[in-house]
Amino acid sequence: MEVGIAHYLTVSAVLFTIGIFGIFLNRKNVIVILMSVELILLAVNINFVAFSAVLGDLVGQVFALFILTVAAAEAAIGLAIIVVFFRNRGSIAVEDVNMMKG
Amino acid sequence: MLTGLEAIFFYVFAFIAVAAAFMVISSRNPVHSVLFLILTFFNAAALFLLTGAEFLAMILLVVYVGAVAVLFLFVVMMLDVDFAEMKQGALQYAPVGALVGLILAAELIIVLGGYTFAPELAGSTARPTPPIDQRHNTAALGDIIYTDYIFFFQIAGLILLVAMIGAIVLTLRHKPNAKRQSIPAQVARTTATAIEIKQVQSGKGL
Repeated sequence: MEVGIAHYLTVSAVLFTIGIFGIFLNRKNVIVILMSVELILLAVNINFVAFSAVLGDLVGQVFALFILTVAAAEAAIGLAIIVVFFRNRGSIAVEDVNMMKG
Repeated sequence: MLTGLEAIFFYVFAFIAVAAAFMVISSRNPVHSVLFLILTFFNAAALFLLTGAEFLAMILLVVYVGAVAVLFLFVVMMLDVDFAEMKQGALQYAPVGALVGLILAAELIIVLGGYTFAPELAGSTARPTPPIDQRHNTAALGDIIYTDYIFFFQIAGLILLVAMIGAIVLTLRHKPNAKRQSIPAQVARTTATAIEIKQVQSGKGL
C-alpha cells in the first residue's frame, strides 16, 4: 500500500468538487459560499504541496504560502462586506443583492 | 511517497478531511459549518505534515484555524439571520450542482489518471529541497523566501495591510451623536468666542 502523488491529487480534486458543489447547494447563504471558496483554495494548496514534495522543489511551498495570504485577505474583506451589507439591508441572502441593478 | 503506517494515516486524514468538507456545505447550522471547516483544516494540515511541509502545516493552523475560521465564527454569530429560512429551496439547485460537480470530478480524474511527468523535468527544479538532516523545512523555506522571493513576500504583506485597512474602513461606523475632537474648531477659537466678559457689580454675585 503506497500513497503517491495521485492519492494527494485525488483528495484535492474531491475537496475542489465539494467546494464547487457547495456554491450551488448554498446559493442563498453568502457565508457558506465564502467557506466553499476557502475549501477550493485549500484544495489548490494541497496540489501545490503535493507536487512540491514529489518534485523536491521548495518553490511550490512558497507559492502555497502566498495563496494562504491572499485567501486570508479575501476572507477578511468578504466578511467585512457581508457585515456592511447586513447593516444596510438586514439580510445576507444573495437574491437581495440587487441595489446596483438600476 | 508514503508507505506503511504513514499511508494508513494518510487515508485516515484524507477521509476525515473529505467527510468534514462535505459536512461544511451540507449542515443546516452555519456554526456547525464553521466548526467542520476547522476540522477540515486540521486534517489538511496533517496531510501537509505527511509530505514534510511542516511550516505550511503550522501556518495553516495558525492562519486558518486561529484567524480566518474564528472570523467566520464571529460573523456568523454577530449577524442575526434566520438561517433555517435561508435553507429553504436549497435542494432546488442540487441537481444542477451535482451535474456540474460530477463533470468537474470526471474531468479532474481523467487529467490525473492520464498524466506523467516529462522526463526532462527531473533536473529542472527551481529550488531543490535540501535533505532534512541538513536544513529543516522552516529554515529552508526562510532561505529562499527572504532572498529570491523577498519582493513577493513584501507584496504579500502589503496585500494583508490593504485587507486590514479595507476591512476597518468598511465596517467603521460614525455615530452621529458621538463626541469627538475637532481640531479645526479648536484652532479657530479666538478670544472673542472663547471667553465671555461679565461686569460683576461689587457686593452682588452673578
